[in-house]
Amino acid sequence: MSDDLETLRQDVLSELAGATDLRAWDAVRVGTLGKSGRLTGLLKALGKMQPDERKARGVALNRLRDELTQAVEARGKELEAAALQARLIAEKLDVTVPPPAEAAGYIHPISRTIEEMTAIFGVMGFQVAEGPDIETDWHNFSALNTPDHHPARTDHDTFYLPPAPGLDVTRVLRTQTSGVQIRTMLGQKPPIRIIAPGRTYRADHDATHSPMFHQCEGLVVGQGITLGHLKGCLIEFLRAFFGKPSLPVRFRSSYFPFTEPSLEVDIGWSRKTGEIGAGEDWLEVLGAGMVHARVLANCGLDPRVWQGFAFGMGVERLAMLKNGIPDLRSFYESDIRWLRHYGADPLAPALLHEGV
Amino acid sequence: MKFTLSWLYEHLETQATLAEICAMLNQIGLEVESVENKGAALEPFLTARILDAQPHPNADRLQVCRVDAGPGFSDVQVVCGAPNARKDLAVIFAPPGAYVPGLDITIKAGKVRGELSGGMLCSLRELGLGEETSGIAELPADTLPGQSYPDFAGLDDVVIDIAITPNRGDALGVRGIARDLAAAGLGTLRPWLAETVEGTFASPVEWAITYPEACPWVLGRTIRGVRNGPSPEWLRNRLESIGLRPISALVDITNYFCFDLGRPLHVFDANTIAGGRLTLCRGAGETFRTLDGQDCTVTAEDCVIADQNGVQSLAGIMGGEATGATEATTDVFVECALFDPVRVALSSRRLGLSSDSSYRFERGVDQALPIAALEAATRMIIDLCGGEASEVVSAGEQPAWQRTATLRFDRVRDLGGLDVPADESVSLLEKLGFEVRERTAGQVELGVPSWRNDVAQAPVLSQGKDLPADVAALAAQGVAGIEAESDLVEEVLRLKGLDAVPAVPLPPISVVPGASLTPAQARFALARRVLAARGLTETVGFSFVSHEEAMHFGGAPESLRLLNPIASDLDQMRPTPLVNLVAAIRHNSVRGWGDIGLFEIGPAFAQSAQQTLAAGVRSGSTQRYPGVPGHAVSLWAAKADALEVLRQFGVNPDAITTTADAPAWYHPGRSGVLRQGPKNILAYFGELHPSVLQAAGIDVPVVAFEVFVEGVPQPKKKKKSAPVLSAFQPVRRDFAFVLAQDIPVESVLRAVRGADRQLVADVSLFDIYTGPHVAEGTRSVGVEVTLQPTEKSLTDAELEAVSERIVAAVSKATGAVLR
Repeated sequence: MSDDLETLRQDVLSELAGATDLRAWDAVRVGTLGKSGRLTGLLKALGKMQPDERKARGVALNRLRDELTQAVEARGKELEAAALQARLIAEKLDVTVPPPAEAAGYIHPISRTIEEMTAIFGVMGFQVAEGPDIETDWHNFSALNTPDHHPARTDHDTFYLPPAPGLDVTRVLRTQTSGVQIRTMLGQKPPIRIIAPGRTYRADHDATHSPMFHQCEGLVVGQGITLGHLKGCLIEFLRAFFGKPSLPVRFRSSYFPFTEPSLEVDIGWSRKTGEIGAGEDWLEVLGAGMVHARVLANCGLDPRVWQGFAFGMGVERLAMLKNGIPDLRSFYESDIRWLRHYGADPLAPALLHEGV
Repeated sequence: MKFTLSWLYEHLETQATLAEICAMLNQIGLEVESVENKGAALEPFLTARILDAQPHPNADRLQVCRVDAGPGFSDVQVVCGAPNARKDLAVIFAPPGAYVPGLDITIKAGKVRGELSGGMLCSLRELGLGEETSGIAELPADTLPGQSYPDFAGLDDVVIDIAITPNRGDALGVRGIARDLAAAGLGTLRPWLAETVEGTFASPVEWAITYPEACPWVLGRTIRGVRNGPSPEWLRNRLESIGLRPISALVDITNYFCFDLGRPLHVFDANTIAGGRLTLCRGAGETFRTLDGQDCTVTAEDCVIADQNGVQSLAGIMGGEATGATEATTDVFVECALFDPVRVALSSRRLGLSSDSSYRFERGVDQALPIAALEAATRMIIDLCGGEASEVVSAGEQPAWQRTATLRFDRVRDLGGLDVPADESVSLLEKLGFEVRERTAGQVELGVPSWRNDVAQAPVLSQGKDLPADVAALAAQGVAGIEAESDLVEEVLRLKGLDAVPAVPLPPISVVPGASLTPAQARFALARRVLAARGLTETVGFSFVSHEEAMHFGGAPESLRLLNPIASDLDQMRPTPLVNLVAAIRHNSVRGWGDIGLFEIGPAFAQSAQQTLAAGVRSGSTQRYPGVPGHAVSLWAAKADALEVLRQFGVNPDAITTTADAPAWYHPGRSGVLRQGPKNILAYFGELHPSVLQAAGIDVPVVAFEVFVEGVPQPKKKKKSAPVLSAFQPVRRDFAFVLAQDIPVESVLRAVRGADRQLVADVSLFDIYTGPHVAEGTRSVGVEVTLQPTEKSLTDAELEAVSERIVAAVSKATGAVLR
């Protein structure tokens, strides 16, 4: 290699070594290999040389160009890596800082419980029916075989409203959602399978009674529906709701004006520990019965053709049992701490295939 | 209904254990409410005798007694503080290990002030049995030491309290309960026969009835020469054991029959009755004083018993003070009547008076019993009080209570789900007192016993007014045909036990059921999830609030004010769930939880109807974060909540307009109404009005929204067309318009969108500026417009053209100029 090339080589290599950032490196690259770079200039000068000289010089220059190109690229990569390394160090954050909080919202246990009931009864072919909270006394009582003087009426501490303007009908806040059953039977031909969850009202306020609470009633009307079906349906429901496939369920004779035979349903539990499905004790959870012939007839259904069963349960009561909630009144106090504690996650709705 | 085991045994012969009896009562519909066994808790306590009592060497008020409490405790030293402890006194001894309920301690042997004490001598109060405090209980001098105290004191009887359902008037007497248990297979009903007492003279008091609808039949007789005093101990104990206060023998006898046979009776002092005649008649506005000392004014609907002086008794409910039997009574007139259940119930409710007697008449008493009951009562009065009975007097006649009911044996299976052999069904019913009239292979006709008023009554219907006449008539015929049979099926099932009925799954309608919720109902579930996912927490508030609170939210009509509220601040049906949500904000904020978000999906009541709203509130400040200061909750959050619910309902956001005319409970300048078209209101949102917050006592900022879920139209179900996924890049251009300050931004955005429906894919607001760089009274609104070509890239000329169209459209709509 001729001296000038060796000098150039040495110069460039030392300049590259001396370039400590990409800008300085780029100056060396351009000054060497760029359009008007030193090596480019020498290469351009080849054309003016004699052919015999040109050949040897050309070989040397090409070799030098390859070597310097490689050296420039290598140095470039080195500097890039160093720059990246420096940036990464500079960008370091304290990863223990918590992320910005996203407010979490919750679904009320009453809604959640109704959702679970709907999911389970839904699988058995029930549809949800609704009706007004302000009912006529016919829908709430008379149609349900509970005439004015009936002793059962005094058990219901009923809230009364003034008659609606222009209408001479006694209005009550419904003491049960049974009015929905009446409306359903009047409005649709059997077979009927509905549940009616909703607000109900009784003039009673103490540790275990609230003037407003929720009931979920159910009604099945068809041909050949027997008390055996009632038992099958409610046992299925209770076992699914409490997630206990062998939950003990007991049926006791009782009385309601709107069913015959009437019965009450108990589940097994332990009075001592409160555990559902364990222990020696029984806990009443709902009332039910075969729809009374008079109720069917009041709604225009011939009881010789149609029969069925109805049931009613307290939503709060079942929610308390399932979730171990001790106090009824807390459901309506809207205390954010309680709501967050017992509320349900909106992204985990009651889906049977995920488990209620 | 309370009764004791020993009382039950008088009517029922049985080997069953207490547990078996309780289980059977539950099975047959006589629900056990409680079982009280006072004796069981006192089992360790023994009768004893003080052999010797000496002063305690180290204490002035204590004595050291030697006590004989029978085998094992024949000479125990006990330190006792009672002043009445003395030699030879018969006492109650608590050995070590006994739990003393009145003191809540368990006895331990030990030393008291240095002297050994191996037990305790007790007062009745310490045993939880009485109130006396003057020292230890003194038992009769001849008491044998070493007996179990509860046995000795007759406390070994178990008190059972059962709930009687309104249909079972017959079970409001111990005998009725015994009959049910016997029919269910738990023993034998003992025979009961009333011995006739021949009358020896004509009763000086007679009956008359002028109100036969209320009282079809009444019996009575005079017993003269009685001595009314305290009842004998067995009777007093029996009444006390079920919580009744003994009064005098004559009154106690009526109470005894009330609970023993479920047969109410009344005793008059015959010498207080004026004119020798008692008439069952309608009231006429008279006032008289009842036995419990209240003045009671009767109406023409009430049935009363009157003599020459006027009203003396409220028939079937309560006697009068003036004519009641007292300690001084020598001649007693006994009343035994049948009263109409409905009239008794209505009178009782109207006058606010009830009694063990009215409770039984309302639920129906044995229609055939009066004669026998009167005889039995006469016999007991003569036995306990002496005297001589008159002939029986009566008015009216025994009503025709006889009814029949037919059971087709298959129906037990087809309605009750249990296959019961015909013979067994018949036998069970016979044990309940039904009498077979006629039996064929398939069915049996039975006579209904006089005490079962709940079986085979004529159906009373209240059919829907809008039913077609033929449908109603057919259905009514159906009831007449099968109701009595259903009554019998219920009886058979009750006695067999419902646990015997095999559970059968409901026949599936289809393997995969359809949706349980209608699309409209599903929206409430969706809104609930959307709002909770946005960080709001669901509440459930009472549907009634205070009248004053409701006034702040636009409506408190009198027609929605409860006539009998449970509290004065819970008397008005709420016009919106916001009332409760605002109260909840206060409730939480005073506890130090002021930065929260709540929502409720629940009813709002208006004069016309009720509808379900999704309403929510956010209060206080947003959370601070490094580099992000907290700020007061803003109406944009409330607007976003409402819009997100609407978007999830499928409402096209571009179809929603906002107007600034929210109702009065919102801040007039910081609230709006979301509308679809000119009429349909979808939601309100905004800051709450400062005066509403002030009235509610809230000092944190609150924003709110109300979405009228039921008013949001369902989206038309049509198949979505395929999306246009352009191969060309979109072009984004910023525009800044200067326009009058009162022109809504929404009109700018709308004009941009409308300028070129093909090209303008999106428009978003990025800046609003007022200040020195724009003219007074104007503002600059900066929007970013996304233009999406679909055929080919936009040329500069095309871009220029569409920009001009956008500016022209905005200018035309709003008077804006490009900044």
